[in-house]
Amino acid sequence: MLQTLLPILIFAALAVGAAGAVRRIRLWRQGQRTPMRWYRLVLMPKRYLNDLHHVVARDKAIAHTHVATAGGFVAAMALALVVHGFGWRNPILGGLLLAASLCMFIGALAVNRRRIDPSAKLSKGPWQRLSKSLLAYSVGMFLVSLPLVGVAPTLLGGGVLAIVLSAVLVWGLLEMVVGMGWGGPMKHAFAGSFHLAFHRRPERFDDNHADAVHDVHRGSRSTALFPLDLTAKTLGVEKPADFQWEQLLGFDACVQCGRCQNVCPAYAAGQPLNPKKLIQDMVVGMAGGNDARYAGSGYPGIEVGKHHGGPNAPIVPQLVEAQTLWACTTCRACVEECPMMIEHVDAIVDMRRFITLEKGETPEKGAAAIDNLIATDNPGGLDNASRLDWAADLEMPRIQDRPEGVDVLLWLGDGAFDMRNQRTLRALVKILRAGGVDFAVLGDEERDSGDVARRLGDEATFQRLAERNIATLSRYRFARIVTADPHSFHVLGREYGAFGGDYRVLHHSTFIAELFDGGRISVEAPAQAETVTYHDPCYLGRYNGEFAAPRQVLAALGLEVAEMERSGYRSRCCGGGGGAALSDVPGKARIPDMRMEDVRETGATTVAVACPQCTAMLEGVVEPRPRILDIAEMVAAALVEPATASTTRTSTEAPEEVPA
Amino acid sequence: MPQPEPRDTAKMPQRVKTAALVSSGRHPVSGRAGRAREDARAVEMGLSLVGADLSLAHAGDPEQASLRESLQGYLGMYHGLDDDRDGQLSLLPLGEGGDAVPLLAAWLERSGVRLALTGQRAECGEGSGMVGYLLAERLGWAIATGVAAIEHCDGERVTVLQALPQGQRRRLEVRLPCLIAVDAVAEAPRQSAFGPARRGRIDIVDDLLPPDESPLDADSADWHWQPARARPKRLKVVKSTNARDRFKAAAAKSSASGGQVLTDLSPEEAAEKLIDYLRAEKILAQDDQ
Repeated sequence: MLQTLLPILIFAALAVGAAGAVRRIRLWRQGQRTPMRWYRLVLMPKRYLNDLHHVVARDKAIAHTHVATAGGFVAAMALALVVHGFGWRNPILGGLLLAASLCMFIGALAVNRRRIDPSAKLSKGPWQRLSKSLLAYSVGMFLVSLPLVGVAPTLLGGGVLAIVLSAVLVWGLLEMVVGMGWGGPMKHAFAGSFHLAFHRRPERFDDNHADAVHDVHRGSRSTALFPLDLTAKTLGVEKPADFQWEQLLGFDACVQCGRCQNVCPAYAAGQPLNPKKLIQDMVVGMAGGNDARYAGSGYPGIEVGKHHGGPNAPIVPQLVEAQTLWACTTCRACVEECPMMIEHVDAIVDMRRFITLEKGETPEKGAAAIDNLIATDNPGGLDNASRLDWAADLEMPRIQDRPEGVDVLLWLGDGAFDMRNQRTLRALVKILRAGGVDFAVLGDEERDSGDVARRLGDEATFQRLAERNIATLSRYRFARIVTADPHSFHVLGREYGAFGGDYRVLHHSTFIAELFDGGRISVEAPAQAETVTYHDPCYLGRYNGEFAAPRQVLAALGLEVAEMERSGYRSRCCGGGGGAALSDVPGKARIPDMRMEDVRETGATTVAVACPQCTAMLEGVVEPRPRILDIAEMVAAALVEPATASTTRTSTEAPEEVPA
Repeated sequence: MPQPEPRDTAKMPQRVKTAALVSSGRHPVSGRAGRAREDARAVEMGLSLVGADLSLAHAGDPEQASLRESLQGYLGMYHGLDDDRDGQLSLLPLGEGGDAVPLLAAWLERSGVRLALTGQRAECGEGSGMVGYLLAERLGWAIATGVAAIEHCDGERVTVLQALPQGQRRRLEVRLPCLIAVDAVAEAPRQSAFGPARRGRIDIVDDLLPPDESPLDADSADWHWQPARARPKRLKVVKSTNARDRFKAAAAKSSASGGQVLTDLSPEEAAEKLIDYLRAEKILAQDDQ
């Protein structure tokens, strides 16, 4: 009886599953179309086995579990198709099938163990059911395959046991094969495979990129936002169908593992954002319906089940509240952690673009910053001519007086208007002079890089600033740009390329490390031993893979660095990025307070920072707290100035250089 | 004076044709062209009153490079309204030394506008603050200046709150058609969004006046122009020694002294009293009739 039933069951499951898959593909293709590159399907296995596994393997237990379960399932399914489906009842194949089912069963046991008391990051509901279904499939497949190797041949010929076995197998097939096409939890395998093949940022995978330097940190291979065509009919994403189809596909690949939720600073602070829920809401929007069936943690403070959407219905506010989108600091921690390589930040900025460019509903302070950027080229609305006021006594060399070119163009950034950051800049200038660096500044010709405008969704203002800055830079000659602001560093180095501005940009920590390496500056050993810790800025670390240089500088200063639990690529955001400090969405805690708690846990008395935003956010934490010093300030304080011409030169020659 | 209770801003039951007259602003720090602050508030007031039915007008030089961008700033405010129509602005071509008043008056008459909103004074050019008065005089309309909010408008009359010093408000009822000059304390303008700004229409209307009637501002030709000089500021001498007195000084209403309130006078008597007063203050010469 089973011999006749099995092929019917397997082929029926495959047929129904395939019908569901076609429907699913149609859902994805509601998005904006880009030319199909079918050959990319070939790339999928390598991307899965290498790049995806690289992320999954950060949690060894789940990596092993997944290898056993998924590997066992794929092998068991392929063999079952041959053995039971097409009836090639070879005992060797049968033995392999038994082994594969056993392997899957062991994996499924581990899955079930994880599901006994599931942690808060995991989704329940269908995902809880999946763990049982995995058992059903592996046990069912194992038992029906036993006769192949001559074990218990008579037992399974017919009768009640055969019916029970078929029922177990049908359960397994429904979940694993039919559910894969029709949107059950196993959908992640089907959508995920296509998502890896057609990923919108192919540079994130090993293939197709020449710049081997970025291999050091995979997460920073492709981090520039995509430029927006400002002549498009509508700007940004209003409804799910406005996303690129690859983005919809990416949302559908989510496994709801909750790693993003665990690392999201806004979620931890009780702000109404949860990257996992956001992605699931996008799936709800794409397929139509409401979020009542979502079985994981929601947005803090927003009830689950009250929102609904459709592929052509506006996302905000029916599906997602605007506050959710404005809570994001664009720190990219979720993208970094996502084993399915989903691009949360791209999606959030796409939706912000619509809110800002079409609806004009940027949060109040953000809108004011944008207006200021339009009118005065800096977010504070200050006179751009005062950009160098802090350096009135420093006789800063202007690039306008150096037509022959300089080695380093010092990009000041908007920190030049902030009294705290001016101390950092003065320290940096001191270091550059001590190192005898040939540098100059743009002065009042420098404009904001456009970082905050772009993250707030105002691509129009960003592109205008980018074009003007690129036009300015094209008039002068310099070998490289050095800046103390990781946001400028990222935008100038990585995002201006799309607008025709290709520069060699260095963060000041990298440049100072270079000065140490070249023996151009020397420092004295610290007077007394002190524990310091280092806070990685998102736009330096995760976005651009620079984790080593700041630590190198601290080591050169003779300081012992006590690392925070979350450091390096897992560093927790200070809360100041992506315009979040301007939108200031209320929560239960403040993100910088939580970060300062991380600092305190190390017992450090000083936290070294490398970003004006981080400095401002962390210094906003009430005293008593560890002191906050920029790397440049620490170096400048320890500097032993050699009695060379570098210091005397400035006082004798410089007055002639300074224009009246 | 009793402080009027704020009332809910009521939308018009029957829509009165409303327009906002806008000018190109000048940013106080950078000097860049953009929305003028008071005019933007006038547009905001108009949009919350009649939504996308609000039409805009500007008399200026269409050839001027930065003009289109500043005008688009106003058109970018057409969002968040009941319907998603795009904004529309009539640009009345006006050369250098031209007089905007006859053009604007002709446009207001032709388009059947009964409620015109505008800022009190331009941020560049003459900035005399006279355009509203001259327009009202020419059209025979009423004018209310320093308006902080429109409370009600019913097709016959409009109820406005007029801003007075120290946050005081005076409720006025004005007959339509009228011109309202909006004060800087009116509700802040909504964000100007790039999408609606790009889609908004700027129509050039150049057949308002017969060709022989050129809108030249004859007076201004004889004027001598020079950059404005910052007026010296009187130093504020804080005499009081405690915070309470300083607070009282800051919050005190300006107390007029020596004035008198005259009521129940015939127009002739009132005029006589006013002339006497102006003579006493040496604003009118003694022999001036």
